[in-house]
Amino acid sequence: MSAINSPALDRRQFLKLGGMLGGGLIVGLQLPAQVLAAQPEASLTDLGAFIRIGHDNQVTLVMPMAEVGQGVYMAQSMLLAEELEVDVDTVKVLASPANAALYGNPAIGGYQVTGGSTTIRAFWTPLRQAGAVARTLLIAAAAQVWKVDPASCKASSGYVYDASGQRKLSYGELVDVAAGLPQPAADSVVLKTREQMTLLGKPHHRIDTPDKVRGKAQYGIDFQTANLKHAAIAVCPVLGGKPVAVDEAAIKAVRGVQQVVLTDEAVAVVADNTWAAMKGLRAASIQWDFGDNASVGMEEVVQQLDSESQQSGGLARNDGDVEKALASATTRLEAVYQLPFLSHAPMEPMNYTVEITDKRCDVWGGCQTLTLAQATVAQLTGLPPESVFINNFLMGGAFGRRLELDGMIHAVKVAKQVQGPVKVIWSREEDIQHGFYRPYYYDRLWGGLDAEGKPVAWFHRVSGSSIMARAFPGAFVNGVDPDGVEGAKEPPYEFDNIRVEFRRVEPRGVLTSWWRGVGPTHNVFMVESFIDEMAAAAKQDPASYRLALLGNNPRARQVLELALKQAGWGKQLPERHGLGVSVQFAFGSYLAMVAEVAVSEQGAVRCQRIHAVIDCGLTVNPDTVKAQIEGGAVFGLTAALYGAITVKDGQVQQSNFDTYQPVRMYEAPLVDVHIVDSLEAPGGVGETGTAAVFPAITNAVFAATGKRIRTLPINPSELKV
Amino acid sequence: MAIQLQINGKPYDLDVDDDMPLLWAIRDIVGLTGTKFGCGKALCGACTVMLNNQAIRSCLTPVSVAKGGSITTIESIDALPQGKALQQAWVELDVPQCGYCQSGQLMSATALLLSNAHPTDADIDGAMSGNVCRCGTYQRIRQAIKNAAQEV
Repeated sequence: MSAINSPALDRRQFLKLGGMLGGGLIVGLQLPAQVLAAQPEASLTDLGAFIRIGHDNQVTLVMPMAEVGQGVYMAQSMLLAEELEVDVDTVKVLASPANAALYGNPAIGGYQVTGGSTTIRAFWTPLRQAGAVARTLLIAAAAQVWKVDPASCKASSGYVYDASGQRKLSYGELVDVAAGLPQPAADSVVLKTREQMTLLGKPHHRIDTPDKVRGKAQYGIDFQTANLKHAAIAVCPVLGGKPVAVDEAAIKAVRGVQQVVLTDEAVAVVADNTWAAMKGLRAASIQWDFGDNASVGMEEVVQQLDSESQQSGGLARNDGDVEKALASATTRLEAVYQLPFLSHAPMEPMNYTVEITDKRCDVWGGCQTLTLAQATVAQLTGLPPESVFINNFLMGGAFGRRLELDGMIHAVKVAKQVQGPVKVIWSREEDIQHGFYRPYYYDRLWGGLDAEGKPVAWFHRVSGSSIMARAFPGAFVNGVDPDGVEGAKEPPYEFDNIRVEFRRVEPRGVLTSWWRGVGPTHNVFMVESFIDEMAAAAKQDPASYRLALLGNNPRARQVLELALKQAGWGKQLPERHGLGVSVQFAFGSYLAMVAEVAVSEQGAVRCQRIHAVIDCGLTVNPDTVKAQIEGGAVFGLTAALYGAITVKDGQVQQSNFDTYQPVRMYEAPLVDVHIVDSLEAPGGVGETGTAAVFPAITNAVFAATGKRIRTLPINPSELKV
Repeated sequence: MAIQLQINGKPYDLDVDDDMPLLWAIRDIVGLTGTKFGCGKALCGACTVMLNNQAIRSCLTPVSVAKGGSITTIESIDALPQGKALQQAWVELDVPQCGYCQSGQLMSATALLLSNAHPTDADIDGAMSGNVCRCGTYQRIRQAIKNAAQEV
């Protein structure tokens, strides 16, 4: 079913829309019925088509998902072009406006969200079907013109050819005829087999690269418009606090300052340019009422977790009888693992430009949750949602940060007090100190081994903040956060007795959210560390130990075996060098990693090389898969070595890239990625590398030093000779 | 106070305070947005431009320092053989992911090749470690610099 046949949009509306957009052929995308039912009255004004083919042969794809650097524009163009039979570089991509009914992500309950490594998984079939529907129509149109059998015609590179190959018509010449033909149902068109594909699975250059190397790519922070004002903002350093007073005279003495704005949580200085605004803010001498959270510190956070994690949590999985198996085990292991709060720290600091008038509100900036943003801004401004326009932009990284709307909310609150458009920019310090942080996790694991060292019991209790319970309360059922246990609930290994619990513990005064790799980033570290501990307790090679437990998991086994081979597992290494392994099934993909580290006498850990092998099913653009794993691994390495957000007196202690250090060029490992040729359904990729790298590194440190890392980031003083 | 700056070969008369960092003069006043704001403390390199063919962090360099000098931003490095070769190598290897830091990376790399036609790995580490990439594109940057050095 294409959108033309959907209950929301009848044929007449579509033709009218075609006229509005300048004519041509418009084909929508099939979305699950429940998504359309959720918003049946989609109006023409907020409608945009997924694909439009113009009289000028221009193919336009209105992109449902946001580009945050993961290469989705390119991948989606390829999915479309493969079936439409056009050259991929002729596809123009446009960012879609906010409209869940039309652009919802089927993999995330129909919400318009870019996250969870879901983009390719969600649109793999619908985009190809839409391309095939359009191609079928164009072929039928040509056949009608020539009065021949459509089956005798062929489409290629934007043209339809007749049987002889002598006559051809461009898509642009055919769109009017095609638009008048009955559309075939999406599930009636036959999609290409793997062998017939000419684009998918082959490396292609990203279409967004040339602009990015010329400084021409426009991020939200680059938006310019007439009479634009610039604002610098200081949000209260303690969550829940508010501004009491500022030195207005000092602020206004700064040349270029126009206005000081106080909101319920922040102070903003509005000026002719960003520098004047920043200078004005610096002169503000803000007095805050810090409120109730001014006493929050890490001792409190950790103590609360330590105590609550001793009590049982919501039951996520309970196979066999863990307690009995533990009681009868020959060897019992028990460990506490801790992961710190983490900031996303994307390179583009938080910023939004907002203009509010009596009639409408425009927002310019990068956003991963468009429909929620529209509704939230409507509520803040009192405007109807259809008068709120979220103009999405490329994001200078996000890693989950722009799933949250606080940056937009702050900007709207400022803009409500400002005439005309105002760009609200956070300093790097604001960005790091006012995050929605990856939760602090405090997990307890218990394991039992039999006399041969084989695991007979596995008990994992996750303790930490539940992001789902806050963001999607309906998904938090029986005390279990499904994301909080992802990667823990279904470890790749076979255990007869396994129990997994989730204990929700919310820290006071700290906001939490998803961070690249979401649940698996936390749980794969726990699982892959603890299985390594079991292997060590059994005095067995950690790789062989894992392989023995992957009997029923051939895809996991294959990636692990290949990674071991690539890394030369078992080879002789210099002193204080080590290899560490991890294997995971997450986001629908299998990934094994082997990391090689060297630990200096002072305890500094250097990761020199990572061998990754992924089976992510059919690949769309293999080079993008490689890039995502290379980068994902570096993102995780940064956190493993340096990443920690700590709170004292209710305030975040880190502030910039000196106190929240990133991995830099001189310490970046070479990441070698091998993609398994696979015919399985495509899996997600963007977050896999980040999740897998933590235990690969720490297990390598164990191999190099004999020291088990159970708390991140790695503390070099514990690794000194 | 008017300050005259030479940016990408063009003179600009800017009515700004002496202490305004070059970054904001370039972005907000001149309107060239390829140069990025990342940290404001010369810790990430996103704001890197060249002053007289030397890489500088424009977020901490006041306009007064650039007076009388020649400023090059990402928008004009294709006029230099080194810059053009680097941009081509970047495209060839699909270096950028989010792309936000890449203007600064390319400026640091251009300054490197201008002073050192055949940088070693250690030279690359030295010249490029001030530029942060959160997407983690370092290994492709390294390779692209090596590829470009061969072309120039």
